[in-house]
Amino acid sequence: MATILTIYSLLGLGLITSLLKSREKTAAAFKIAGKALLKTAPSLLTVLGIVGLTLGLMTPETISRLVGAEAGWMATLFAAVIGAITLIPSIVAFPLAGSLLRSGATVMTISAFVTTLVMVGVVTAPMEVKTLGKKFTLLRNSLGFIAALLIAGIMGVLLK
Amino acid sequence: MKTIRTFLAPIAISLVFFALVFIWPEAATRSAQVTWDYFKEMALIMPAIFILMGLMEIWIPKDKIQQWLGKQSGFRGAALAFALGTLPTGPLYVAFPMTASLIRKGASITNMILFLGSWSALKIPQLMVEIKFLGLPFTALRFILTLTALLLMGLLIDKILHKSPDLEWQKSNPDPARMPGMGVKSGMKPGMMPGQDKKP
Repeated sequence: MATILTIYSLLGLGLITSLLKSREKTAAAFKIAGKALLKTAPSLLTVLGIVGLTLGLMTPETISRLVGAEAGWMATLFAAVIGAITLIPSIVAFPLAGSLLRSGATVMTISAFVTTLVMVGVVTAPMEVKTLGKKFTLLRNSLGFIAALLIAGIMGVLLK
Repeated sequence: MKTIRTFLAPIAISLVFFALVFIWPEAATRSAQVTWDYFKEMALIMPAIFILMGLMEIWIPKDKIQQWLGKQSGFRGAALAFALGTLPTGPLYVAFPMTASLIRKGASITNMILFLGSWSALKIPQLMVEIKFLGLPFTALRFILTLTALLLMGLLIDKILHKSPDLEWQKSNPDPARMPGMGVKSGMKPGMMPGQDKKP
């Protein structure tokens, strides 16, 4: 709700200012918007479908079974991979991470899960490639994954 | 041929959905429900985002973005990119077209990695939820480490993309404000693409 409010108030403000200054330029802005939207639409739909599939197949119960079952390095790596490929809203992800932590998962595993979840977006990659290019997407996500593993390692040591 | 390639992924996904209906109906229902929920959210947000992006392309001058977020913007540019990212502005896919637009206008790659990273990993409302469920020490430590990692990543990716720019992306992303007849001045020489260094 806050999101929609923020975006639409920004849009309202911008549109009014733009219309007051110049009608033609506002029309040009709409033209650019329409073109960009059409160009991105297929990758948007792709992302939607992948998000639906991953969330449909990987329910919170499945994830806790996968992450909670193993211990040690393997569990951390596993959690990092699951975090990277799923896209879970934070309102669902953090309670899940909290309950996993209480039920015996290590800090390292949970921080790997949380950090890759927010830093690496495999399901949104088609859209990232479309708008920002293959190289950018690949570098950002792969380095993000490595960084997340390092962060998890440090957190595991510091928050014993 | 190009049309087929564009819709290859959506078609493949539809096929997976179709197969799932027979193999695992409950998962198919769940997936369809989630897809529909996200579709409603996207349909509400995306048009607004794209119009905002269009307005930005038209009204915000290139030299301003370059000055605020470009290579020479230094600490203030990084701080601005970080601050913009933490605002409560929705899911990450919203940020991609915005980031592309900012890069075309001269924002540095380092700052944009920082912007995208804080957008997805350090959002204020998200941090609130994190503190509540994982505690303040966990959240604070992750915050500091993530911010450090993002800065290093930004500097590194900037270096790499300078050494070997993504030519394919540059070709398909000319500055839309330079379209003929728009009367927008641009400091770029024809044929020069965003991301290429202005200095030799």
